Amino acid sequence: MSDIQTIESEAVAAIEGADDLSKLDAVRVAELGKKGRVSGLMKTLGKMSPEERQDMGPKLNALKNRVAAAVEARKAALEDAALEAQLASETLDLSLPPKKEPVGALHPVMQVFEEVAAIFGDMGFTVAEGPDIEDDWHNFTALNFPEGHPARETHDTFFFHPQQGDTPKVLRTHTSPVQIRTMMEQKPPIRIIAPGRVYRNDWDATHTPMFHQVEGLVIEKNIHMGHLKGCLIDFVKAYFEVNDVEARFRPHFFPFTEPSAEMDVKYRKQGDSILIGEGDSWMEILGSGMVHPNVLRNCGIDPDEYQGFAFGMGIDRLAMLKYGMPDLRPYFEADPAWTRHYGFAPWLTPSIGGGLS
Amino acid sequence: MKFSLSWLKDYLATSADLDEILELMLKAGLEVEHVENPAEKLAAFSVCKVKTAEPHPDADKLRVCTVGTIDGDKQIVCGAPNARAGMTAIYAPLGAYIPGLDFSLDKKPRKIRGVESQGMMCSTKELEAGEDHDGIADLEDDLPLGMAAAEALGVDDPVIDFEVTPNRPDWLGVKGIARDLAAAGAGGFLDEEVRKVSGSFDCPVGIGLKAPDVCPIFAGAYIRGVENGASPDWLQARLRAVGIAPKSLLVDVTNYVSLDRARPLHAYDADKLQGQVVARMGREGETLLALDGKTYDITPDMCVIADDSGVIGLGGVMGGESTAVSDETTNVFIESAWFDPLTTARTGRTTGIISDARYRFERGVDPKSCVRGVHMALRLIIDNGGGKSSKVKVAGEAPVAKPKVEFYKQDVARLTGLDVKPATMRKMLKTLGFDIEDIGETWLLTVPSWRFDVDQSADIVEEIARLEGYDKLPTTSLPPLEGGRRVVTTRLQHRVRTARRTLASRGFLEAVTWSFMPKPHAELFGGGDEALTVANPVASELNQMRPSILGNLASAAQNAFNMGERDVRLFEAGPVYLGDGPKDQRSFVTALVKASDPRSWKGGEPYDSFAIKADLFAVLSALGQAPDRFQVDAPRLDHWHPGKAACLKLGPKVTVAHFGALHPRVLKALDVEGPIYAFELNLNALPYMKARATKTKAVLNKADRTPVRRDLAFVVADTVAAGDIVKSAKGADKGLISEISVFDVYQGKGIADGHKSIAIEVTLQPSGETLKDEEIDAVMSRIVKSVGKATGGELRS
Repeated sequence: MSDIQTIESEAVAAIEGADDLSKLDAVRVAELGKKGRVSGLMKTLGKMSPEERQDMGPKLNALKNRVAAAVEARKAALEDAALEAQLASETLDLSLPPKKEPVGALHPVMQVFEEVAAIFGDMGFTVAEGPDIEDDWHNFTALNFPEGHPARETHDTFFFHPQQGDTPKVLRTHTSPVQIRTMMEQKPPIRIIAPGRVYRNDWDATHTPMFHQVEGLVIEKNIHMGHLKGCLIDFVKAYFEVNDVEARFRPHFFPFTEPSAEMDVKYRKQGDSILIGEGDSWMEILGSGMVHPNVLRNCGIDPDEYQGFAFGMGIDRLAMLKYGMPDLRPYFEADPAWTRHYGFAPWLTPSIGGGLS
Repeated sequence: MKFSLSWLKDYLATSADLDEILELMLKAGLEVEHVENPAEKLAAFSVCKVKTAEPHPDADKLRVCTVGTIDGDKQIVCGAPNARAGMTAIYAPLGAYIPGLDFSLDKKPRKIRGVESQGMMCSTKELEAGEDHDGIADLEDDLPLGMAAAEALGVDDPVIDFEVTPNRPDWLGVKGIARDLAAAGAGGFLDEEVRKVSGSFDCPVGIGLKAPDVCPIFAGAYIRGVENGASPDWLQARLRAVGIAPKSLLVDVTNYVSLDRARPLHAYDADKLQGQVVARMGREGETLLALDGKTYDITPDMCVIADDSGVIGLGGVMGGESTAVSDETTNVFIESAWFDPLTTARTGRTTGIISDARYRFERGVDPKSCVRGVHMALRLIIDNGGGKSSKVKVAGEAPVAKPKVEFYKQDVARLTGLDVKPATMRKMLKTLGFDIEDIGETWLLTVPSWRFDVDQSADIVEEIARLEGYDKLPTTSLPPLEGGRRVVTTRLQHRVRTARRTLASRGFLEAVTWSFMPKPHAELFGGGDEALTVANPVASELNQMRPSILGNLASAAQNAFNMGERDVRLFEAGPVYLGDGPKDQRSFVTALVKASDPRSWKGGEPYDSFAIKADLFAVLSALGQAPDRFQVDAPRLDHWHPGKAACLKLGPKVTVAHFGALHPRVLKALDVEGPIYAFELNLNALPYMKARATKTKAVLNKADRTPVRRDLAFVVADTVAAGDIVKSAKGADKGLISEISVFDVYQGKGIADGHKSIAIEVTLQPSGETLKDEEIDAVMSRIVKSVGKATGGELRS
């Protein structure tokens, strides 16, 4: 018995006295290794009588377990101390800046294109596109601009040099040629919007020689001017993210629509912002009308069977009204300061479900 | 087009006030641009009576007056020579703003040479109501004290300016405006006929029509012994109100008829005419000194008025100097003809002349107004300038009237959703001048001769809808489209969106630059084709359609640098133009970087060709285009650096992208400091993946998929492309090798001159059983063989 007690107290003292892991391991081997002291005692069990063994067996096993537990505990304590020491030496000055990453942004015009597409997409429209360089027929004649008519001159058209006596090509003055191309390729029902670059020879505080338009076209069997009104009021409310908007439709003239209308909305100014849907002033925001029967005929659609409406609006100005850019010119200057300020974060994807802006 | 309210009331019996008239104009489609009411600025002024006018004790030229005013008797010191007791004048109270002097009177009485003055009496010029500044306004004595000055001076007459849309030239005459407003409900239309002048002799000037297609009718008359003095006050006032300076009776009358009836006329000094007046086409070599003092070359597609002396006018555009009327004119020949709109428009464009006559003729003048117009002018001239008129001579006939139009009443509801009673429609159309014939459900309409915009039923629908008022249109949301939802964007648009968002998230700023660029710049990028040169550019530096977006972005980046930016990353998703055909436009995504070397406490890699390659590959990956499906080759366009840029091909013919450094020579020509790294990606050249029949994805096989990795290093000649090693290595076992990546490139000690060592890591991806060592060794030796065959490379020992 005294053997057991002596061995245990000696072993525990040695374990506690081990101040690093290798010394601890040496103690473990000396006590619990194959030739260790505790292991040696365990071997004596074989030579004992059954009675002795019944008495000594549990005692020796308990000794072995206690020594082993003491080794484990010491090991954990030593490892902990080692980790603390290591951590104490591992310090970073985390006030230093991380690697600089450039921050990108999307152009407001392109963002507004997507907003408009989201709204009209929700009303069943799809997006159509066409070339910027057009022939006279698609840009004017098919749209019921009689040749030589002064209405053509109001468009300040850019021309190319005529090739081999052909009528000179033009830069499209509106995205209406896309309507023509769509009607010629596709059978009604048609609901499209046509966003894109358009060009007019005019450059001052409120005009740029290139700007952006979205036009829309609906051709079905029972679409009347009340739908035009409803659709565009729905659009304006959604785009300006207001619950209500007071709108006014006025007769106007466009060669390609009959009857034609311009749409005004009420607004007021508050500092630099323009609040749509409030106030007492009217602002024109788009042109529209029922598609002229001549245009339908020009595209091979029977105006006695199908009818519908078309509309067009300037995107640059629409962006200005919503987001407050004071001037058109910087839109086209690729100025980083302007784009960072008025641009949009890349993950901001306009949608009806997730919000436009 | 400007007109005054009082003028309008010549033809409109109405009790509507200004605001109601403006409201009705808006409703009928006459878009008001500006309203000026002279009464507003004269609101403070009123009629006063001068009771006494005594000399100023200390100044010879001043008088001290006692004036009866709306504010009671006032003492006013006045410097006007005509100030006298008993006169009726205009009183300005203290504090009033004097428009003609652009200053306000003091609010408190002021002493003038020691005598207090409690207001002012004004001249018509000071009130901007006339030109008279010799003294204060000296008015009729029967005007009551306190009457508003605007009324007393006859300027209480708002002037409205509105936009005449090209379809309605009849609105270029006040009478036409009145007709539309009457139809819109403003009151009764006063369709007074012109009182005809019965001439006492035959017109001595002969009229010849030698271009009947262009000038089919020409009415004329001769006045003998007219005095071409000033026109009457009322006529001058009307012209002045709409911004036209009165000149002389003859000129003013032709202007007046043009504004009143949209009927242009021309007055010739008959004594300067030589022989017959002929409307004919021009002849090569002819010239005209026109009334604007400029000489114009005549071409055979212009319609001219000529006499024996040659061309004396451009038909429907402008008269000539040689036969112009002057103050000395006593015998006059009046022309009232009709000219073809297209010819007039063309002549106007060719000569660049902008005149009221051209503006009206090119939009369309009522052909039936020729004779009426002459009579109206004769009446005004003879009544105010005396003389004797000839009979009116008419050569030719008015062009054939437009065919009648069938109007289907149900079209109103069908196209607009409006419910308008037939009786209402009938009244509207009648007032507009249409004749209506009932033929069953349909109406057969005779279109008035002044309307050129009505050809079919829909045109009548517009008339009904605007006169009924668009505010009465129903508001109906679009019904859902049958056949379910469709994808809103096309595949190409989807690509554009994905590419834009990828680049923005990698730190690029989106630009939108002109589709134009300077032609010399376009030539640097392989463009400059004559077919893509704008014939009438807005500015000389915007005269060529761009073959590449790079030039615009590079210039913008340089500008930003000049403004102090140090790291400019721009991109634009937009068009480039290869030709002028409808299929020659390409949708490009172009990114460009002008960076300074990074300054970081951790150090950092400068932006280079590999950085831009990473950005390009990120875009390609986002578009679902595995970058390794493309081949890298030498650049195919001259604006790229020959050694530090490359193209990305898909097979031998299709170039999808270029990336790397821009050519220093190009940058120099653009005045941009290099290096500039960029890529241009042609979205149209990227193939579309075949749409799969189902959205279900293949099952993921995870059975023993632990990859095996081995390194190999090859020594190759330094002209060998690393990409070829990778490609040939991969080709050794396409099934098993999932990835080859280059992790080291070495030249120097231990490697022979002209050679380099390229180390690759090979990843083998077993799909089922664990690979045995022999299998792995076999693949490795196949790789060594394959690389050796393709590049001459040997394993580095």
